[in-house]
Amino acid sequence: MAEVTEPSKTSTWFEERLGLASMRKFLAHKTVPVHAGTMWYYFGGITLFLFVIQVLTGTLLLLYYRPSPGEAYESVQFIMTRVQFGWLVRSIHSWSANLMILAAFVHMFSVVFLRAFRRPRELTWISGIALLGLALGFGFSGYLLPWNTVSYFATKVGTDMAAAVPGVGHYIARFLRGGDDVGGATLTRFFGFHVAVLPGLTTLLLLGHLALVQKHGMSAPRWAEEERERKGMPLPQMAFFPNFFLRELMAWYAALGVLGTLAALFPWELGVKADPFAPAPAGIRPEWYFLAPFYTLKLIPSHVWVFEGELVGLFGFGLLALWWVALPFWAVDRKGVERTRWVTGAGVLLLAYLTTFSALGYWR
Amino acid sequence: MEQPRRSLLRWLLGGGFSASIISFLYPAFRFMSPPEVPEASVNEVSAGKVQDLRLNQGRIVKFGSLPVLLIHTTAGEWRAFSAVCTHLNCTVQYRESSSQIWCACHNGLYNLNGQVVSGPPPRPLDQYSVHVRGDEVVISRRA
Repeated sequence: MAEVTEPSKTSTWFEERLGLASMRKFLAHKTVPVHAGTMWYYFGGITLFLFVIQVLTGTLLLLYYRPSPGEAYESVQFIMTRVQFGWLVRSIHSWSANLMILAAFVHMFSVVFLRAFRRPRELTWISGIALLGLALGFGFSGYLLPWNTVSYFATKVGTDMAAAVPGVGHYIARFLRGGDDVGGATLTRFFGFHVAVLPGLTTLLLLGHLALVQKHGMSAPRWAEEERERKGMPLPQMAFFPNFFLRELMAWYAALGVLGTLAALFPWELGVKADPFAPAPAGIRPEWYFLAPFYTLKLIPSHVWVFEGELVGLFGFGLLALWWVALPFWAVDRKGVERTRWVTGAGVLLLAYLTTFSALGYWR
Repeated sequence: MEQPRRSLLRWLLGGGFSASIISFLYPAFRFMSPPEVPEASVNEVSAGKVQDLRLNQGRIVKFGSLPVLLIHTTAGEWRAFSAVCTHLNCTVQYRESSSQIWCACHNGLYNLNGQVVSGPPPRPLDQYSVHVRGDEVVISRRA
């Protein structure tokens, strides 16, 4: 007969106050489908892990960073040259930002190709896309903070695109810049967005996104279910805790290894201090995740019919974003039949556009 | 009698709550929109000595808070344009190899009259007047 061990006084004390038994019970019931595409489930967790790294390293950088045009560049220079391990902390922050956005894109496309956005997960998809938008906002606002030439012109271009929105564009651009042009007020604002507004919004939305994932569970792709049905067997499941969780931890450890290697071997450069009265340098380009729209804007002529080219570009990007957000709604027809080929085609097309135009934007 | 009193109370509570939310949000919204800061109007600036800029060279000059591109053409003429690209606000530069004005951000090209030669800029660059007084180059707004 198995010996039943009495719970310790400490665990009883915590149990009374926190009710951990219900959480253990909940975790014991949560499962993850096992099929050929299970590895793609790890990318959401990797994105979350890199976000945590961002919060930790960002908090460290806050100890020395000064958000003013006269001091921003110098304070980052100080972090990189004088503060012990400052170069590493900043390098990890910059690399982790890029890897986080890459992981988020992989997560998004895996959701598309595994059709994990299907009913009733439409809101999970929309909140995920909104989180990707916030991640890009983090990238855009954080890019300006070192106050170097490239970031200065990237912010000029980015905020001027907002100004092209008919009617309200001027107000949006003024709101973003804190004035009529990019300057000290813009830097202070972007700092505020980067360290307070965006983290607050992201935390709220992230909690909602995770709550929805918990509520609906992990989605299994239709093909995996059908394959098992043909064999007359249910789709195998893996316990979330500890089986999937431990595997996810290994994925985080691998991500940490990649991050540490990149940050140590390729430290993030600081560039030249921004000079509002210097011309934009040759070869200027934004971060890789903005290269596709950047190159598209280069190709659009000054006028398309009677409209200015940049307005046409902006309208096109807006339509593309709306169409993508609405994916779960046009992915089924009125009778509820899935438009599998449409979704795959759209995913492949978008992926092809992003990779081709990013490559062209980088090399041309 | 009970129902109208209940709906009146609901209306008062709802209205009061909405009004208080608006009274919180309005000042916050106004706070976030930056105030208009009037800047001293600059109509003329000295761009340095004639000998500071050789033939077929260009230089950015501060015109108040605006960048202006001053060019000394191969023919010995002086030209000045707003250095702000009409496409997406980047600062342009003079390309000595082709004697054209170039925006590095999206590859916009202008000629020495400020007219668009190629690329995405939708409008020509604003032109400024340039006068040489003695050995001093002076840039001024066009009337």
